[in-house]
Amino acid sequence: MRENRAPIRVLLILAAVAAGVIVLFMTLNARGRWDFILPFRGTKVLSMVLVAHAIAVSTVLFQTVSHNRILTPSIMGFDALYILIQTGLIFTIGSARLTMLDPRLLFAFEVTAMMAFSSALYRWLFSGGSRSLHLLVLVGIVFGVLFRSLSSFMQRIIDPNEFVLLQDRLFASFNSVESDLLAVATGVILVVSIIGWRLMGVYDVLALGRETSINLGVNHNRAVTTVLILVSVLVSVSTALVGPVTFFGLLVANLAYQLAGTHKHRFVLPVAVLLAIACLVGGQLILERVFAFDTALSIVIEFVGGIVFLALLIRGTAR
Amino acid sequence: MIEISNIRKAYADTIVVRDVSLQIPRRGITSIIGSNGAGKSTLLSMISRLTPMTAGTVTVDGLDVTKTPSDVLAKRLSILRQDYRIGSRLTVRDLVEFGRYPYSKGRLTAEDRSQADKAIGFLGLEALADRFLDELSGGQRQRAYVAMVLCQDTDYVLFDEPLNNLDMRHAVGMMKLLRQAADNLEKTIVLVLHDINFASCYSDYIVAMRDGVLIRHGSPDEIMTREAIREVYDMDVDIRDIDGRRIAVYYT
Repeated sequence: MRENRAPIRVLLILAAVAAGVIVLFMTLNARGRWDFILPFRGTKVLSMVLVAHAIAVSTVLFQTVSHNRILTPSIMGFDALYILIQTGLIFTIGSARLTMLDPRLLFAFEVTAMMAFSSALYRWLFSGGSRSLHLLVLVGIVFGVLFRSLSSFMQRIIDPNEFVLLQDRLFASFNSVESDLLAVATGVILVVSIIGWRLMGVYDVLALGRETSINLGVNHNRAVTTVLILVSVLVSVSTALVGPVTFFGLLVANLAYQLAGTHKHRFVLPVAVLLAIACLVGGQLILERVFAFDTALSIVIEFVGGIVFLALLIRGTAR
Repeated sequence: MIEISNIRKAYADTIVVRDVSLQIPRRGITSIIGSNGAGKSTLLSMISRLTPMTAGTVTVDGLDVTKTPSDVLAKRLSILRQDYRIGSRLTVRDLVEFGRYPYSKGRLTAEDRSQADKAIGFLGLEALADRFLDELSGGQRQRAYVAMVLCQDTDYVLFDEPLNNLDMRHAVGMMKLLRQAADNLEKTIVLVLHDINFASCYSDYIVAMRDGVLIRHGSPDEIMTREAIREVYDMDVDIRDIDGRRIAVYYT
């Protein structure tokens, strides 16, 4: 029965939920002057919406081209690379000098490093012609492990005080987003999204597999490379902005498939984005109001989201 | 016309298809026969640009398949391989409508929808149109895929073992349907077949391969002889004339 439900209705309901959560976040417990609260919380909300969009879109697209619903771009070693960059920076130049660096410079450096890594990986993969996507994923996993071991090696030998500072940087946080970085990130993600929007019809075909897409006249190699590059820009920018955040991509992507009840990316992508916004803003709301910042956002989202997802799965099989 | 000249496919030192040249005429059914590993499927996927060739060229109506943009070729030639793995959960109608992608790029027009309905009707899938593919039997799913490539409405349609998963009733139904498509819709159909009796009864032209080499080609009467079949399959087979059709009795 659920398949017959119009995806439009799901979209409208989710849009209402996301808007509701945002309004709650902006107004709940607002004591003090509005001209302070609105810009302060507005920056947070904007960065959350941006990151939610980037993660939802990149996860769905990555799963489409890899024909796999349990992979996320983080498996390609993005999070691990971010951790390595942060650890390496603190290890080599120390936290004191790091905080004095221009954040824009740091942001540019992080994005470039992650983009360079992923495009090198893709170029190597597709220059040979017939190497498979699974090999790409495997190589990504191996690199991830390498990056993680290098980081944990460095973490073991740095000063314990530095380590505490480092750990703080390794949790995704929306509390300290620089507004000029936010503007740059918004611009980049907007451009990428417009490019991605124009390929909308291709995604559905790519999901049918390589041979069917070639038969239907899609230049498969080029399309997959384009999608992977879009994914890596989205993930790099959002990770450099707030820290490792791919954790909830898997959750929102699979929730979106369940709720949208259609294979069409025209619906699945917006559903995933709205879900991600509701998750992130709602999670942050719980984090701030219920736990008074005493825990990490990923824990809140994964706990609540995981339960919802399990409930959906069980209901789905009982059907 | 599909013109194949000197194509070769090699993986490292193994040559799977060895310098095959062949002209497949317009209209009608051409069947490719040969034992397992003879290179039939590889030949088919090189013709349809799914597999790059090591050497040689294939042209379809004068268009080189490796150089022509994929979306141009998708309006001329379509291919159906065996066992697809599809990630998304699709209904039969969703799948068939994908056949219109080369024309509509995902934005279906009324014309596209009526083409899809026609293809669904042609395969007798009306009752199943809104069922999900994973809820169908192997044979029904096979017919849904055939509907998709017919919906693509190309002059040339290539099938790799279209009778896989089909019982005898549906196998005969499928061959009759392909014959109809060739006769009434003026399609050029190329098939890889394992059952030589189906090849004998329904094709206009048979191509026989062995160890990557094209060893014989000709009309069913020319290929369905004791000597030819021995050469292709290494088997002594009784060929009988039954009601004007040449049937191989190879079961015992």
